[in-house]
Amino acid sequence: MTFSIALTINRTRHTIELDDPRVTLLDLLRERLHLTGTKKGCDRGQCGACTVIVDGRRINSCLALAISHDGAAVTTIEGVADGDTLHPVQRAFIAHDGFQCGFCTPGQIMSAIGLIDEAQAGDDPERIRENMSGNLCRCGAYRGITEAVCTAQREMIAAGVEKAA
Amino acid sequence: MNRFDYVRPTRVADAVAAGADGGAMFLGAGTNLLDLMKCGVAAPDRLVDLTHLPGLDRIERLANGDVRIGALVRNSTLAFDSDFAADFPAVAEALLSGASPQLRNAATVAGNLLQRTRCSYFWDTASACNRRDPGSGCDALGGENRLHAVLGWSDKCIATHPSDFCVALAALDTIVEIEGVEGQREVALVDLHRLPGETPWQETVLAPGDMIVAVRLPAASRAFAAHARYIKLRERTSYAFAVVSAAAALDIVDGRIREGRLALGGVAAKPWRVGAADALLRGATPDRTTFERVADAALADARPSGDNGFKIDLARRIAVRALLRAAAGTPARLPALPASPFAALAGEIDHG
Repeated sequence: MTFSIALTINRTRHTIELDDPRVTLLDLLRERLHLTGTKKGCDRGQCGACTVIVDGRRINSCLALAISHDGAAVTTIEGVADGDTLHPVQRAFIAHDGFQCGFCTPGQIMSAIGLIDEAQAGDDPERIRENMSGNLCRCGAYRGITEAVCTAQREMIAAGVEKAA
Repeated sequence: MNRFDYVRPTRVADAVAAGADGGAMFLGAGTNLLDLMKCGVAAPDRLVDLTHLPGLDRIERLANGDVRIGALVRNSTLAFDSDFAADFPAVAEALLSGASPQLRNAATVAGNLLQRTRCSYFWDTASACNRRDPGSGCDALGGENRLHAVLGWSDKCIATHPSDFCVALAALDTIVEIEGVEGQREVALVDLHRLPGETPWQETVLAPGDMIVAVRLPAASRAFAAHARYIKLRERTSYAFAVVSAAAALDIVDGRIREGRLALGGVAAKPWRVGAADALLRGATPDRTTFERVADAALADARPSGDNGFKIDLARRIAVRALLRAAAGTPARLPALPASPFAALAGEIDHG
């Protein structure tokens, strides 16, 4: 049996035929759509490397069935920059050395974008660390990651305030 | 992962009918079920996807003051709902101490109640496990069992229930609303999960097709809002299951406890409530002497199921600490590390 699902991925609408309901959102992104920026780490919801934003919320795409997300809007790491202009979180990760090997970085960045949007952590590094706890970094770049999220959040809030004014 | 049929009902009655078949399982977010399926622990013939059912994602204040939470409300949506968190702060704190932000954004209320044990023998299909494979035995007995149950276990199963949310809900007399083949019914949350006894594979009182549609917090439980906390001891700072946890809720009037509730997590196959312990809170003064007596009563029946005798004393201390924190008052804002035992408050022992 084949299922047809509609997904809006990085603002582009896709109609996808699935011949097997077992496909996770992660495998769909990587294997079918060749959006390989989203990484498969543990594939069990423990490492956060597969983090994407679905309908405005950061989730683990490895523990999401693609078929169940029929109609959803998905943003992956490929969809956050504006052409050659990096997203403020991407810029901050570079400025603060928020990575070493880079494997966890797409997940870290998507998670950070979700965190800033949730607006629960404020400007408190301890709250930011706790709210980034779903993303493991085996190189141990946590210090730079926390600084990057703090900086990006400040910059985005300042830009937002400017826009509002 | 095994092959399965996928159905996506749009009415609760259709979901119940589709779920009543032998090999069917309900799919919420899948944060637990997909993991189990990838490990071969769960192998449903049919997945009944509930996530497109209308009307189950609401948090409602009913006319009688009860708060009704739809089965599909996401864990983070509930924890971040400021009205809900003001009424039931220990529930919000418990939710935010569980899993990771990404998992909380996906995981549903009903799925949290029905999550399976984290016993590593249950998850390892090469091990004997009566819960997963009835009659196969229990490799946790005599195995690596330092995190296993100290209350309500049997020689057939020593697994614990991993939820934080359920512990706080159990403390606050939560009701579970169920839609089944034979219509609607309600059970108290403390009666939803079964102790293992001789049949550990019967994990809950739900029958095939029974679907949790909502949980309801009674209006009376709002009386605890000013003095309600959750504490969770973990083996790392964050993003870990409880070794032991406690939810404490007190209604303090003129320096005396009018009513109090204590529930323990990480100690049994269900969230643990002891009526005799709660009775000791009624009319008592909110101090360490009272709370130590209450904790002793809550753990009166505890005994090790293996190398986990330390959990009994640990649970006793965490219970006292949760009660002391509840007595000190619900903080205006949750701490940076929700439910962490390490943020010392006045009156607590500083373990430095």
